[in-house]
Amino acid sequence: MSLNQFTGDALSEWMKGDGPESDIVISSRIRIARNLKDYPYPMLATNQQSQEVLDQLSAVLENEELETISNFSLVPLSRLNELERMVLVEKHLISPNLVNESRNGAVILSENESISIMINEEDHLRIQCLCPGFQIKEAWDLANQIDDIFESQLDYGYDEKRGYLTSCPTNVGTGIRASVMMHLPALVLTQQINRILSAVTQVGLTVRGLYGEGSEALGNLFQISNQITLGQSEEEIIDNLFSVARQIIEHERAARHKLMQESKMRITDRVNRSLGILSHAAIMDSKEAAQRLSDVRLGIDLEIIKDLSSNILNELLVMTQPGFLQMNAGEKLSAEERDVRRAELIRQRFGRF
Amino acid sequence: MICQECGKRPATLHFTKIINGEKTEFHICEACAREKGEMIPGTSNGFSIHNLLSGLLDFDPSSMASAKPQTIRCEHCGLTYSQFSKLGRFGCDSCYKSFSDKLDPLFKRVHGNTVHVGKVPKRSGGLIQYKREIETLKKEMMTRIELEEFEQAAKIRDQIRDLEKKIAGA
Ligand SMILES: [Zn+2]
Ligand SMILES: [Zn+2]
Repeated sequence: MSLNQFTGDALSEWMKGDGPESDIVISSRIRIARNLKDYPYPMLATNQQSQEVLDQLSAVLENEELETISNFSLVPLSRLNELERMVLVEKHLISPNLVNESRNGAVILSENESISIMINEEDHLRIQCLCPGFQIKEAWDLANQIDDIFESQLDYGYDEKRGYLTSCPTNVGTGIRASVMMHLPALVLTQQINRILSAVTQVGLTVRGLYGEGSEALGNLFQISNQITLGQSEEEIIDNLFSVARQIIEHERAARHKLMQESKMRITDRVNRSLGILSHAAIMDSKEAAQRLSDVRLGIDLEIIKDLSSNILNELLVMTQPGFLQMNAGEKLSAEERDVRRAELIRQRFGRF
Repeated sequence: MICQECGKRPATLHFTKIINGEKTEFHICEACAREKGEMIPGTSNGFSIHNLLSGLLDFDPSSMASAKPQTIRCEHCGLTYSQFSKLGRFGCDSCYKSFSDKLDPLFKRVHGNTVHVGKVPKRSGGLIQYKREIETLKKEMMTRIELEEFEQAAKIRDQIRDLEKKIAGA
């Protein structure tokens, strides 16, 4: 299996199908952090120790039960060039942290890219499962199953009182981070977002923007995740996130409805202006692209725009990131060159003008 | 992750500020944090974990004076407590034991809890699983006794005894 498979397409196979509530919830993700007993965490491990960890964890790939879940490929980070690494980050298959800090870092990817297992990131093992739409419980079931398979062959660092031991004190206990990525343009437009997000943070959840840095919510995309990992069971954590996300979905729906009732013309104008700009602009920075794509996506969901699929926007959000643009161009690009390429690519993709 | 101020050194401080409900994250190195005095953890109004961590450990004069935390060292990996508080990361499993006395207040602030109640690994955690079950059963037994459902309570008592035998035999 070639690496090209994972860096060629912007959309992972799993993203091409629609999940439940996919007009608002883009994806649901579970990440489980685990460490092997008796080995120092990657931050302090010697080259030999991290190699041993890599060997032990990749040996689990031979496990028959794991084979029934999917075909997996092991990709050592050392085999990737800078751009390929960037692309995997932009697809959320690996973390920026794995790129920057790890020694003997590697990732195990399932065929459809819904499962990515990072080795020697901040912890020895990070199992990540992604599902399209609002399927946080399904993602947990899958991740839990994979965790059981690893655990059946390896001894994890575990303490009766503290639970699963992790490098960062924020992950200790269950080691799980459950998150849903939501597109909330109507809550932003109607200026309810801050009130809702601050309510969310008061029930032990956190919110961040899509592409982490600076935490600005590019394209009205928000990732909501659990903050607490100690003293709550996995099921409580998932249920809490599930019910809060469900309420936010309802609020976003109500806000969209209200917008269409009270300011249909203004929304229609905004959506179509963004569509026009995306279809014709010659220079497009990433911030504007994200905002305009969000408008168009809202227009599709509200059926103001009828002849575009919402998938094209998920795809463009990834494809217009720096790594993808440069991969696509086959060379390194300056920020200005990227803005031109980005505009060109979006125009092509809409393909009607 | 590289420091967002100087773009050179690795970022070791990560924290969040909330201004008018908007969260902003900072990833900076120690040198830059010192320069930008206002960003030093403990003074921000955010509730980032590393902020709390350093706020709790490095910048709390009472804990500095009483326990000299910088001299505590994990025997297994060599990480000192003051390194831990700066990095916000443990070095190995043993750090949890080495810094044990200091961790309850930290976890209390980060998670609101200090004790794990979730999943138990099947292979190494068999005994823990039994102990958990016994605790749950004991509570249930007390409830039954209070409700004067003695027959039920007796059944539960037998279940507890079975589990205790399993633990003794293991
Ligand atoms: Zn710096
Ligand atoms: Zn240690």
